[in-house]
Amino acid sequence: MTEVSVTKDEVPPTGEPLVVLDGVNKHFGALHVLQDINLTIGQGEVVVVIGPSGSGKSTLCRAINRLETIDSGSIALDGKPLPQEGKELARLRADVGMVFQSFNLFAHKTVLENVTLGQIKVRKKDKKAADQYARKLLDRVGVGNQADKYPAQLSGGQQQRVAIARALAMDPKVMLFDEPTSALDPEMINEVLEVMQQLARDGMTMVVVTHEMGFARSAANRVVFMSDGQIVEEQSPEQFFTNPRSDRARDFLSKILHH
Amino acid sequence: MNVLLDHLPEFRDGFVGTLLLTLASAAFALVLGVLLAAFRVSPVPPLRWFGTVWVTLFRNTPLTLLFLVMWFVVPQIFDVGMSPWVKGLMALGLYTSSFVCEAVRSGINTVPFGQAEAARSLGMTFGQTLRMIVLPQATRTVIPPLSSIMIALTKNSAIAGAFSVTELFGVQKLLSDQGFAIAWIFLWVALAYLVITFAISGLFRLLESRLEVAR
Repeated sequence: MTEVSVTKDEVPPTGEPLVVLDGVNKHFGALHVLQDINLTIGQGEVVVVIGPSGSGKSTLCRAINRLETIDSGSIALDGKPLPQEGKELARLRADVGMVFQSFNLFAHKTVLENVTLGQIKVRKKDKKAADQYARKLLDRVGVGNQADKYPAQLSGGQQQRVAIARALAMDPKVMLFDEPTSALDPEMINEVLEVMQQLARDGMTMVVVTHEMGFARSAANRVVFMSDGQIVEEQSPEQFFTNPRSDRARDFLSKILHH
Repeated sequence: MNVLLDHLPEFRDGFVGTLLLTLASAAFALVLGVLLAAFRVSPVPPLRWFGTVWVTLFRNTPLTLLFLVMWFVVPQIFDVGMSPWVKGLMALGLYTSSFVCEAVRSGINTVPFGQAEAARSLGMTFGQTLRMIVLPQATRTVIPPLSSIMIALTKNSAIAGAFSVTELFGVQKLLSDQGFAIAWIFLWVALAYLVITFAISGLFRLLESRLEVAR
């Protein structure tokens, strides 16, 4: 196995460390999908994870709220290690917002119910307060007038914005985005990215797995480049896009930026 | 023809007996079946294991054998003095619960995995996820197979008649033994079963169209 040196430019995590991955390993059968991952995400930081498909970036993202289990190493959120499956883990997941590639809105519930369900059942808010907060969030992501429709009646971009509102309704400490625009028609990508950009400006801690280089450039504090289950490069976006250190990153960028 | 009119009380008792036995064992099987399906998809291995063993055991045993066990083996182990009606209910309910479990589980499998993942990512527990997100969306797919299972249950309840529970099939046996024309008895008994099974399929068709609108 060739030695891959991780190039780290000095971009210290801003704020207190919120998510800390330490020596995380994971296998899917013979595939070593996460290889000794060390990553610290600071309070209020926006970390964009990019890399070729199959590089383990989605798995990394999903491991942070334990939708994927890990084989070894540790993941801590706000100083506390992720608990095993059970009530404790459910509590922790409530503090970690997640936005999926395929939206995953609850198909049998209205848009409003999608955003209130977690507040009522998990946060134990009363229905009125939950409704109020949900409507505020739906307005904020620009779909306030769709509140009484079912998800299937919305466009992909609208659905994904509802999904963001649903995650935000839990007042999460950190938001995970697992390729949030990859299933969208091109003309709908921007409406979702704008919401995410606004969120970043408001100081939300975010981990974003994406192929949107424009978003990485403009919103990220730090770019993490993954390849073959390893973090190959961690840089400021400016550094990464203008002067990538590793060959893998240079190769990747040349493929996606010039066409 | 006269068999029916002359023996209306017997036929009525038989009809009511079949109806009640079917309804009671259906309710029992539904509750148990859904619970078992929950076991089989739960994150707890012993529960999954229990569900699997249960289904394997009761789905693969001839119903008549279950009746025999209920009548002759169970009383030797737990002498709780169950009436024949309760024994029949238990045998039918246990047997049918395994089929209900599998129908519900196949319904659960049609709900995209992302739905449960999204619920979990909001911090909902396994029970909440199943109850509020997965089962409601599974219901529509489960209804047609469930309808068939309930019709089968109605007809299976005839076995209870052979074990001296008052129901339609028992009435048939009683009257045949008394020497009445068998063809006519069969006709009336068959019609009585049809009334029940048609009611069941009608009810389930209604449910199906209702749920279609709700989505």
